[in-house]
This record gives sequence, C-alpha cells and structure tokens, in this order.
Amino acid sequence: MKSYKNIFFQIIIILLCILFFGFLINNLIINLIRTDLGFNFSWLLKPSSFALAEHVLPYSPSDSYAWALLIGWLNSLKVIFISLFLSTILGTIIGLSSAGNNILLKITSAFYVTIIRQTPLLLQLMFWYFVGFLGLKNNFIYFSNILKINNQGIEFFGLTLTSEFSALIIGLSVFTSAFIAEVIRGGIISVPKGQWESFRSLGLSERNGLLRVIMPQALPAIIPGLTSQYLNLAKNSTLAIAIGYSDIYAINDTIINQTGRAIECFIILLLTFLILNLLITNLMETINKFINKKKIYLS
Amino acid sequence: MNTIIKVKNISKSYSKGLLALDKVSLKVNQGKVLVIMGPSGSGKSTLIRTFNGLETFDTGEIDILGIKINSNYNERRIQKIRKRVGMVFQQFNLFPHLSILDNITLAPLNVQKRSRVDAEEFGMYLLQKMGISMHAEKYPSQLSGGEQQRVAIARALALKPELLLFDEPTSALDPERINEVLDVMRKLAQEGMTMVVVTHEINFAKDVSDQILFMDSGKVIETSTPDIFFSNAKHERSRKFLNQLDK
Repeated sequence: MKSYKNIFFQIIIILLCILFFGFLINNLIINLIRTDLGFNFSWLLKPSSFALAEHVLPYSPSDSYAWALLIGWLNSLKVIFISLFLSTILGTIIGLSSAGNNILLKITSAFYVTIIRQTPLLLQLMFWYFVGFLGLKNNFIYFSNILKINNQGIEFFGLTLTSEFSALIIGLSVFTSAFIAEVIRGGIISVPKGQWESFRSLGLSERNGLLRVIMPQALPAIIPGLTSQYLNLAKNSTLAIAIGYSDIYAINDTIINQTGRAIECFIILLLTFLILNLLITNLMETINKFINKKKIYLS
Repeated sequence: MNTIIKVKNISKSYSKGLLALDKVSLKVNQGKVLVIMGPSGSGKSTLIRTFNGLETFDTGEIDILGIKINSNYNERRIQKIRKRVGMVFQQFNLFPHLSILDNITLAPLNVQKRSRVDAEEFGMYLLQKMGISMHAEKYPSQLSGGEQQRVAIARALALKPELLLFDEPTSALDPERINEVLDVMRKLAQEGMTMVVVTHEINFAKDVSDQILFMDSGKVIETSTPDIFFSNAKHERSRKFLNQLDK
C-alpha cells in the first residue's frame, strides 16, 4: 500500500515540474513571437561598433560581436587566473599564520578574515576602485621607471595595468584569500596534534615539519574547499561591471542593450562559465586524485 | 658517572591554579633506566614531556646532556636537545603518509643532512634490529600496533640519541602485543641506553629499571630502587597504588 502512495506522489511532483518549466518556456516563446525577435545567432557576425578599453588581442569597433565576446572572455580569464594565483598565496600565508603559534600573527589574521569575510565583495571592489585608485594623487608612488602607482593604475617595468584591472585583481584576491585562509586553517587543524609533537621531538624545524609532515596530511582536506573557493572566484569576477572593467559579463550587458538579444546572450554567458568552471573542477579533481593516489596509507 | 638528566625544583600550574608539577627534582645517570609510575593525572606524562620541550614549565631548571632550559622557552636550546633525545609516544604517532623506511629516514635526511644511501642503510639496520625489516616498504596503517610501536622506536633511534623517552609505550597496545615492544626496550636497556619510561608494566619496571619514581598530583612521592619499591614501599600512597595495580 505504502509503495503505491510513494509512486503516486512522485508522479505528481514530476508532473508539477514539467508544468512549471513548460509554463516558463511557453512564456518565453510567446514573448519572442510578440517582440518579433525570434531566436538566432546570426547577429554575432555583425560589427559591434563599441570600443573596449582593454583587450588582449587586437580589437576595434568594426570587429564582430563574436570577437568582442571572445575579448571579454579573455579579459575575464586574465582576471580570474591572476586572482586565483594571488589569492592562493595570500590565503596560504594568512591560513598558516592563524594556525600557528604566534599570538600576534594569529590575532592579525583572525581580524583580517573577520573584516574581509563579513563585508560584501561589491563594497570592497568599490572601495579599491574609488577610494583605492581614483583617490590617489598623480604621483602616489613613483620609482623612476620601475614602479608607478597612481590614479591611472599600476605601471611596473613598463607593464601597464589599468586602475580598473588593478582594483578588480586586488579586490577579488583579497576577498577570496580570506576564505582560502579558513580552508587552509581547517585543513591544518584536522591533522592530529600527535603529528606535531612527533616531528618536533625528532628535531625537525617548524618549517620542515609543516612542509613534510603536516601539509601532505592536510591537503586531502584542503583541496575540495579550495575548489569551491576557486569556482566562487570565477563567478564573482562578473562584478567587474561595477567598476567598469570590460569582462565577459560587462560586454554581454552592452550587447544586450544594443541588440536586445537577451536570451542568446545569457545562453552564451551560461555556457562560458559552465565550461570555465568545469575546467577548474576537473583540474582540481586531477590534483586531488594525484594526492590521493599516494594515500595508500588510508586503505 | 655522567649525569644525563638533572631536574631541579620544576613546577607547572594550569590556568585554574591546578598544579601539574609541584617542585619535582630528579637525576638520571648515563646508562640508567628510570621508570616513572603513578595514577593517571599525576603529572608523569607532563614531566617526561618537559625533558624535550614539548611541555613548558613555570619555575625551576632542567639540565639535559649539559643543555640547560628554564621557564623561558629557548627555541635554539630545545632544538639542540631534541636532536640528541629520542621520544616514543603512547599513540605511536607515525607519519601515515610515509612508508616505514621514510618514517625512519625523515629526520636523518632533514635534520642531520645525511645522504639518502647512508640514512636508508642505517634505517634498515634499525628495522632489522626491531625484527620488522620485511615491512620497510609498507605504510603504518598496514602494521599491527606492536609493529607500529617498534617502528616508532626505530625512528627515535635513527638520530643516534643519547637518551630515550618513553611515554606509556604499551598503553595503546593489545595485551598479546605488549611483550614484543617490551622485549625491544629490554634489549636497548641491556645495551646501555639511558632511558626514562612512563609505564604501568610492573614486570618491566621490576626487571629493567634502576630506579622507580612514584608521582601523585604533580609531586614526587618517593624515589626508590625497584626492590624496595615493590616489596617494601616507603609511602602509604605508593602501597595503595601498587595494591590497586595488582587487582
């Protein structure tokens, strides 16, 4: 009797789901017909006729929308991978300090993590851009031709980074580093205390013990948490639009305004992020498998 | 005769004012075995862990192999002591991610900067001596408790220490595995290794020790030779403890 009841409810739920999505799709089709927009991607090849401040590859307003989107994607990738790298380094340093013995370092890192984690990223990006960079004087830091930091951005050995790009990198890295620090700290304290006593009693230095005894055992606990922070970082990079950096989301937004092709643009955006995040997940899975392969000891 | 350990009046209190160590003094000469006994919570583990700086103390002074440490934590001196003193723990504390041989060669390679060939050769010699050389390539989790503890002893011996500390080395073992570890410890004592052993094993204490130190609530109640301690303990408290152990 009971199993019949179960099946009955499951069928009801499935029907409701189909009804709901059917309603949404129907709504979409009706509206597409009503606005006479249709659903196609031929507009991708038309000239974009808007300028981009930053482009890795050559770009001019006469280039196609598709090319503009690719430029946007590359701009996003640039920000994501540089922030990923910086936030990992920063997060590791802070995570290690908060798991260590030094009271001053512990308090400082706890303070850092608290402040950064509990304020919105959007606010932090605004801070780095409007207060951090645009608020700077013309010659805030100036070491002849080596390092210049001013309201135009950062110039380092002739390599120029715009203020939007710099603010975004700093904002994302700092924000993500606080979360990574907690992941690292959690991984380290998951290693039994006896392991610390053990390597210490053998005369190993703290640095050596951390590197050869603690970290290898902490990594299996760290990697999954790290992966989700990296995915968050990639998605958070779309907030670039708030400070006028032309990432994929910002360019998508412009294109929607120009062409009205919201559905197509959102599908493109969805797919690009899906691909990127699948890439990150797979990469981390590979690293995880490599670490776990050496972990015969848990069998 | 050389004095290896000289402890002068060390005390340690926990934040609640509870005394973990209460004016403890002791002396261990070269080649001697000191057994520390006492009920749980009597401070015997705390005491043995102060000898290589795993535990700090508030007052008094310890002299290990001529290196003096006091309440001011001196990283450099403690590091010096740790390179010359081996320690074996109740829970073995082997490194689970390293093979048995790598467990043993880790410190020689990184602390003494010995060559790999050299360190592995000595490591294999130690494993042979412990009767477990066939497990060299295995991982700790693949070994029984008794075998793991013998690896831990080999690891402690890898730096050729002048003093070995044992913190309840058989308390986490199955009863039938205890003797294989005690036998190894007996052999080491016969070879003239200076040892401090926290243990509840009466027979081991009777046979091997040169001196028994009985502690209760952070205080040294009595220090006697095993003959006197087990047949005719000086203190009421010691006799009570021994009676309970017998039961």
